[in-house]
Amino acid sequence: MSEAPRRRKAPAKPKRRPAAGKRGARAADTLPHFTSSDPFDPNAVEVLTPEQERYFTASQWLLMWWKLSNHRLAVISGAFLLLMYFSVIISEFVAPYNLHTRNTDFIYAPPQDVHLFHDGKFIGPFVYGTDYLLKMDNLERVYTPSPEKVYPLRFFCLGDQYKFWGEIEGSFHFVCPTEDGTLFLLGTDRLGRDIFSRIVYGTRISLTVGLIGITISFLLGVVIGGLAGYYGGWVDSIVQRIIEIIRSFPALPLWMALSAALPVNWDPILIYFGITIILGLMDWTGLARAVRSKLLALREEDYATAAMLMGARPGRIIFRHLVPNFLSHLIVSATLAVPSMILGETALSFLGLGMRPPITSWGVLLNEAQDMNAVALYPWLLYTMSPIVLVVLAFNFLGDGLRDAADPYK
Amino acid sequence: MFRYTLHRLLVMIPNLLAISLITFVIIQLPPGDYLTTYVNELQAQGESVNEEKLAFLRQQYGFDRPFHEQYLTWLFGMFKGDFGHSFEYDLPVTTVVGDRVFLSFVISFATIIFTWIVSFPIGVYSATHQYSWGDHGLTFLGFLGLATPNFLLALILLYFANVYFGTSIGGLMDPRYLDLPWSWGKILSVLEHLWVPVVVIGTSNTAGMIRRLRANLLDELGKQYVITARAKGLHPFKVLVKYPLRMSLNPFIADIGNLLPQVISGSAIVAVVLSLPTTGPMMLRALQSQDMYLAGSFLMYLALLTVVGVFLSDLALMALDPRIRLEGGVTR
Repeated sequence: MSEAPRRRKAPAKPKRRPAAGKRGARAADTLPHFTSSDPFDPNAVEVLTPEQERYFTASQWLLMWWKLSNHRLAVISGAFLLLMYFSVIISEFVAPYNLHTRNTDFIYAPPQDVHLFHDGKFIGPFVYGTDYLLKMDNLERVYTPSPEKVYPLRFFCLGDQYKFWGEIEGSFHFVCPTEDGTLFLLGTDRLGRDIFSRIVYGTRISLTVGLIGITISFLLGVVIGGLAGYYGGWVDSIVQRIIEIIRSFPALPLWMALSAALPVNWDPILIYFGITIILGLMDWTGLARAVRSKLLALREEDYATAAMLMGARPGRIIFRHLVPNFLSHLIVSATLAVPSMILGETALSFLGLGMRPPITSWGVLLNEAQDMNAVALYPWLLYTMSPIVLVVLAFNFLGDGLRDAADPYK
Repeated sequence: MFRYTLHRLLVMIPNLLAISLITFVIIQLPPGDYLTTYVNELQAQGESVNEEKLAFLRQQYGFDRPFHEQYLTWLFGMFKGDFGHSFEYDLPVTTVVGDRVFLSFVISFATIIFTWIVSFPIGVYSATHQYSWGDHGLTFLGFLGLATPNFLLALILLYFANVYFGTSIGGLMDPRYLDLPWSWGKILSVLEHLWVPVVVIGTSNTAGMIRRLRANLLDELGKQYVITARAKGLHPFKVLVKYPLRMSLNPFIADIGNLLPQVISGSAIVAVVLSLPTTGPMMLRALQSQDMYLAGSFLMYLALLTVVGVFLSDLALMALDPRIRLEGGVTR
């Protein structure tokens, strides 16, 4: 402390100034003394343009947002994911058919293309009706589009009955077929159910599985990793051992074993939560490791000691003071972990160990495309693949963009 | 080196014990046991159940004993090479499993080799041609492989392999070789079938590997010694190969720890789709019919494969890179 006053004084009495002044005074014999009468602002050099000020005073999250918005692919992916999650809320409106509607006259019908022009005339979006023929020699169903039947699409219309979120009766859709026509954008399955509608409904299950699962694993990872990193010592080594053991199980066989353990007579909704919890329970290890290693370093910081001295409880120090430091990194890891959960659910349901009908997820849909026939004869059953691929890609790109943006001060 | 190896080996023992306990708990989890499933099946078929025989079987298999006794019996049995009894096949587990474990290992091994072969040139190209169209395109291709569910890719590839190359559908060899002893023709047939699962499982892992190699190599290429070498007029190829490439090779070895569980996971589901005679399909059936010792042995074996693989990769990494000195605490 004794150093401080001396240091502050030092610039106040520069030894050489008077000498320089004297030399200046001698020069002033020829020149009149000049003082500018303009108003003087000592901070003139440091005054910021409004643009700079906006930048320098921006919060960390705002900076991250700016950086993220430069990453075009990430923004597009984010928008796509938002759209998908929005459709989850209103699946019933988006899908032209109900999840369970069977069109028994159209079993394994191929997709109907949407056209705009008929006979060189513009009539807006419409589909052609199909002629059905059962080939008697190999019992193959052949559907051919017939140019006479023109079914214009109806928009914002009343169509198939449904129960909104299983509660409210309704029949309003964004798009429906004409009263006597059909609209199978992606074909139908073995019971004549519209695949596009089923994919839309499946989105609700598949996307929320990832979200709930990641929430569970996020909470577990932060709490367990936080405790291990904050306390260190034997808590840390026990947690480390547990993580090591869990990581040495290959994920899918372990998931298979655990979901095989779910009782068969459970309610489908319970099974849904069971699967989500299984996916979440196995995934927290990576996050816990990241949290732990960050905390081991951060707990030595002065502000952590200060908080401790002021009597803050460990929980408050960890979650209020330490974790926010790298929350953005955690969010990135979480974003990158969602696709593996979505794929995991799909794989489990595909094997028949995950969701079971009547709950419909993407994996359940693909379960029907399990044999060679599907690929050879009804390739449209495989269209479920495209939303999976797109969503997983989008999560990866968004995660990449977030990772670059996570440290805006770099 | 020796002390580290010994330490790692000693740590593996409690780990494996814990793994065996978890495995046993998991296979015990489903309510009831194999006999209840069996009885349900019999009753569904309308057959009567002999109570005495049931009681005898229950005692024979030790279902009436407390949990810890069952576990210890199973655990000590494993030390003696006795993995328990498969109820469904009514044979010892070791007999039922047979070649499957070995084939699983072959596929995992081939997949890792494939991942290396594919991701190495792509990673190097991406790093040396950063932000070029080739870089973007190849990275995107890698991502696509990551995003496509394995099992679907397997179905589609299998279909095309059948249509264009006439490969028989399903299995790991031509049906006519099934019961024959190993011969040159059989090996060729296995190789002909092997590429589909290997490519399918491999694609999902190459993306990560490419990105890591690319990032590592980019880090190295930006360093001063590379600039010096360039400034001195060293041939660009030599500049690349002599030091930076060697430095960035670490992930290839170090990543086995992450790669192996993924490969084994991937192969489990791909094997079900392709009905390969590996652990996957049999494990699935064992799980569904509560054939607990069979399922447990598979789970145990897969975990063991991972633990040993990680151990070997750590040793290899230390031999490869003298800068790495792993003391006591292990970092993966």
